[in-house]
Amino acid sequence: MIPVALALAHAALALLWPPLLLGLIGRVKARLAGRVGPPLVQPYRDLRKLLQKGSVYSRTTSWLFRAGPVVGLAAVLCALLILPVGGRPGPLSFPGDFVALVYLLGVARFFTVLAALDTGSSFEGMGAAREVTFSSLAEPGLFFCLLALGRMASGWSLSRMISLAPASPGAGPALVLVGVALLVIALAENARIPVDDPATHLELTMIHEVMVLDHGGPDLALISYGAALKLFVFLALIAGLALPPGLVDPGLRLVAFAALTAALAVAIGLVESLMARLRLVNVPQLLVGAAVLSGFGLILVLR
Amino acid sequence: MLELTNATAVSRREIPALAADAFRSALGDALRGGARLGALFGREGAAGEAILTAVVNDDGVGASRVVEARVRGGYPSLTSEWPEAQAFERELFEETGVVPEGHPWLKPLRFPPRPGGEGAASIPGAYPYFAVEGEEVHEVAVGPVHAGVIEPGHFRFQCHGERVLHLEIQLGWQHRGVEELLRGGPTKRTLSIVETIAGDTTIGHAIAHCELLEALSGGVAPPRAQALRGVALELERLANHVGDLGALAGDVGFLPSASFLGRLRAEFLNATAEICGSRFGRGLLVPGGVRFDVGSEAAAALAVRVEKAVRSVQAAADLFFDAPSVRGRTDGVGVVAPALAASLGLVGPAARACGLARDVRRDHPSGIYRFAYLPAVLAQHGDVFSRAWIRLLEAERSAAFVAQQLRSLPGGPVRVALGSLAPDRLALSLVEGWRGEICHVALTGADGRFERYDVTDPSVHNWLGLAMALRGEQISDFPLCNKSFNLSYAGHDL
Repeated sequence: MIPVALALAHAALALLWPPLLLGLIGRVKARLAGRVGPPLVQPYRDLRKLLQKGSVYSRTTSWLFRAGPVVGLAAVLCALLILPVGGRPGPLSFPGDFVALVYLLGVARFFTVLAALDTGSSFEGMGAAREVTFSSLAEPGLFFCLLALGRMASGWSLSRMISLAPASPGAGPALVLVGVALLVIALAENARIPVDDPATHLELTMIHEVMVLDHGGPDLALISYGAALKLFVFLALIAGLALPPGLVDPGLRLVAFAALTAALAVAIGLVESLMARLRLVNVPQLLVGAAVLSGFGLILVLR
Repeated sequence: MLELTNATAVSRREIPALAADAFRSALGDALRGGARLGALFGREGAAGEAILTAVVNDDGVGASRVVEARVRGGYPSLTSEWPEAQAFERELFEETGVVPEGHPWLKPLRFPPRPGGEGAASIPGAYPYFAVEGEEVHEVAVGPVHAGVIEPGHFRFQCHGERVLHLEIQLGWQHRGVEELLRGGPTKRTLSIVETIAGDTTIGHAIAHCELLEALSGGVAPPRAQALRGVALELERLANHVGDLGALAGDVGFLPSASFLGRLRAEFLNATAEICGSRFGRGLLVPGGVRFDVGSEAAAALAVRVEKAVRSVQAAADLFFDAPSVRGRTDGVGVVAPALAASLGLVGPAARACGLARDVRRDHPSGIYRFAYLPAVLAQHGDVFSRAWIRLLEAERSAAFVAQQLRSLPGGPVRVALGSLAPDRLALSLVEGWRGEICHVALTGADGRFERYDVTDPSVHNWLGLAMALRGEQISDFPLCNKSFNLSYAGHDL
């Protein structure tokens, strides 16, 4: 009975919790700007609203445009299978699965970019170019982080890496570097300030949002839900590393994990409120900085 | 050339009428001597001739000069040597068919409907845009319908990757025929039309119009009315500058300043509403004075409110200007070099941000500004930061001015009756609106009615400045540069 309940809690946390994190970020931003802000459950309501709408497709688009949102969400859902949640290993776990996780997110991005290019709009082409440029710069940093974790845990499945790395002796300094780098990469990969501004209406400055401008209705719901899941993937990696090792009760670990992801969402809200966006030309410097941090983390554990 | 000062009228018979070449060389001498082109317009004369009227404003002398020319077919263009004339000569060609010979690019300015039928040669969209060719060059077209609730305008970028090689701005969608509507006036509608030339510059254009009528009729607005006009003009400046600062903060994603400054803008709009019942100052001005008086207690309370609001503005703006991320986003972005700004004839905060000391309130004072001195605020770098910084400094000075005027309002009436307009005269009126120099020129006919009413909104001078600021910049910085200029489409398109 207990294992079944835990498994259900694991699934619920991975599938239902993520939109709340977006609501939390929105709420923090609103509060710091002196507004009340939308209710925490607003992202769920938006998803329901979008799912009830019809779809409009431009005659200039092909099947790629329709495939983009579906493949994008499917790929992120597959990535969730690999992701350890609250100290529980992912349902799929095998040595080297972290590479699969990164490239499942890559598949999602690839199809989103294809769908954007398919519209033939100059805005979406620009957004696609920015997205692939910045994600290719974020990727080395992400791999440095994961390699460092694998080295610390002496195991190469993501579930082992996340659960064993914090406990490995002398991992402290490297963990801090990896954690900071992961947070920066999470901001970049999820189109948050200082890299992208999810709230802007100015197409010329957008990165992620401009790629999905032509999607509407259920397609947009799939994209928004996929974006929430992707944010959860990154926050789950950081929260998994931050789980107190002394906490052994699996139920309590799930609760603590959920609280940690919420705290990270609040932190993202604070960053977005207190910082202006970077100029796009300066974004590569930030991402390379993250790669350097995680590279140092890797060097520390390679001794 | 005939000299006249701001808010005065001269007899049209005294204006020298030159031949085309002499007209060009006279204007050339004036511009070379440091004057700026304030207005240039044409109208039909006798026997297929066109009569051109040009007004130059000499800031150093504090006076303007006017000259006319009778031309047939064309005249040697000024733009080839003085780019500041480019918009005026395009307008001239569009309205009268007079060809400024040697104009580098005589493209349409606003696409007004051709008189007497469809001359569909130049409709928006069906127009050969400047194009850059090359393997990796791509074109991005924005507008005329935009994502935000803003006015229509078309922006066409020639880009190499993220870098803008050239930006072409095409306007004209807001053309309402303002100058035509004003012809034959003044009528009951005239003031309402003037107030809506640019909705956010209601007071600025209305003051220009009222001072023009007072010059033509020989009347003088009472001192109390002049002080209240100054208060309203500076409140308009405060509201727009504070709103712009908030919008700039929003564009770089700096939320706290964006929301607080957005709210504080309303404080100044509400202050205007306290005076006249309209947040934008509609109906406040009337030729001969103002329509609403402010009691002494209400004036004192208003002064306190404005001072309090501007202190909050300072706090919210400090947050904005002190944030390193904001400085990184605004410093050195969208630079207009001082020499370029001077040759384009930029006006207002956009010019002062480049270190050009141009301020009608100081150089060509009229009304209350003859007695109360407001220093011109300057910045040096001509970038987005400078244009933002200028706005804060000007807002502070305007608030001090408003509070001081409200505490020392002269006594007496706020309105006098004006007589009829003198016939056969040319009147000039300059006002430093929040965007810069507003120039109204009226010609009265033998019946004392407007034979011609020419309006120049500061945006006409500044739009090309925005296009040049984008050269070599990142295309993603365009919205920020655009906001830092915040030009009017309606004021340009008339």
